[in-house]
Amino acid sequence: MRVLAISGSLRHDSHNTHLLRAAAELLPPEMELEIWDGLKAVPPYNPDDDGEIAPEGAEALRDAIAGADALLIATPEYNHSIPGQLKNALDWVSRPFHQCVLRNKPAAVIGASTGMFGAVWAQAEVRKVLSAAGARVIDRELPVGQAHLVLDRDGPLDPELAARLGELLYALRSEVDARTLVGAAA
Amino acid sequence: MTVLSQQIPAGTWRADKVHSTVGFAVKHSGVATFRGSFSDYDGTLTVVGDGEPQLTGVVSAASIDVRDDNLAGHLQSPDFFDVERTPEIRFTSTAFRPADDGSLIVDGELTIKGQTRQVEARGTITPAHEGLAGNLVAGIQLETVIDRTAFGLNWNAPLPSGGVALANDVKLIVDLELGRQED
Repeated sequence: MRVLAISGSLRHDSHNTHLLRAAAELLPPEMELEIWDGLKAVPPYNPDDDGEIAPEGAEALRDAIAGADALLIATPEYNHSIPGQLKNALDWVSRPFHQCVLRNKPAAVIGASTGMFGAVWAQAEVRKVLSAAGARVIDRELPVGQAHLVLDRDGPLDPELAARLGELLYALRSEVDARTLVGAAA
Repeated sequence: MTVLSQQIPAGTWRADKVHSTVGFAVKHSGVATFRGSFSDYDGTLTVVGDGEPQLTGVVSAASIDVRDDNLAGHLQSPDFFDVERTPEIRFTSTAFRPADDGSLIVDGELTIKGQTRQVEARGTITPAHEGLAGNLVAGIQLETVIDRTAFGLNWNAPLPSGGVALANDVKLIVDLELGRQED
């Protein structure tokens, strides 16, 4: 069971990328997590460029999502909303809408910020965008506020945070399992 | 004799998918009535003399036809019918009875998105007569209004000046041309 993880931050020392690395240590059995690092290469969405073959950066993301069983997005929050590059990437992979790679894809959203609220609004907006594209979005959030203090790069996650992140990953796995059962029954 | 068997002889009657309609109508943007239909379905009416007739229907939710692929995709998604997980809409009648005005009432169980609810549909019967091919044909037209949220179809979006994009009440419209199956 492969989970594609996308950090909505392009920053080299991103708290959200670090949160995804922490998630990789908390995976349920038989789950693998790959952190996708091609976000910066996704060009601005332009329907004129979106023919049978999309530009390389966008096509790479579509292929990566199509090949994954689930999606885990960690988003920062810019101006109370989704970072532009992440929203732009989601716009690419939500097209063509009626057969896009997000359709029925189990997905979960987490987020970290240096403020008090842990990107909670951005997470809600990412969930909204994913739902609009037809993904199976886990209806829960994981806001990590004051990430510069909470996320210790050299040590383990705070146990309570680790437990919540672990629960979310199990919920994501359950969604994949349910989809697998449906596929087997069909 | 039941209300129906006086007008439709005993037998198994199947819906002609070309000349029948299984559709819906719902208020959109608070101003217009948006209509759509399903293209893939089976409908069977079984009439057995003095016994209770039974109308059953199975509709492929994925066959929703709204004249726009993107909109159909959204309606097939988990926001609405979730066709991957619940591909079928089902109806099974439990009673046929006359209304005070002489029209037809059909009670039954309707299952959408895995949720089963009792519904009461009203409509008319067109008595059987000989069709173009010499076979017996009859008609049943039924309508009922359901609250889509009772079936887990909860999606909505606020309008900028108040209100929501999509009404919860949805009228289901079934207009069946039935042909009697020969033994």
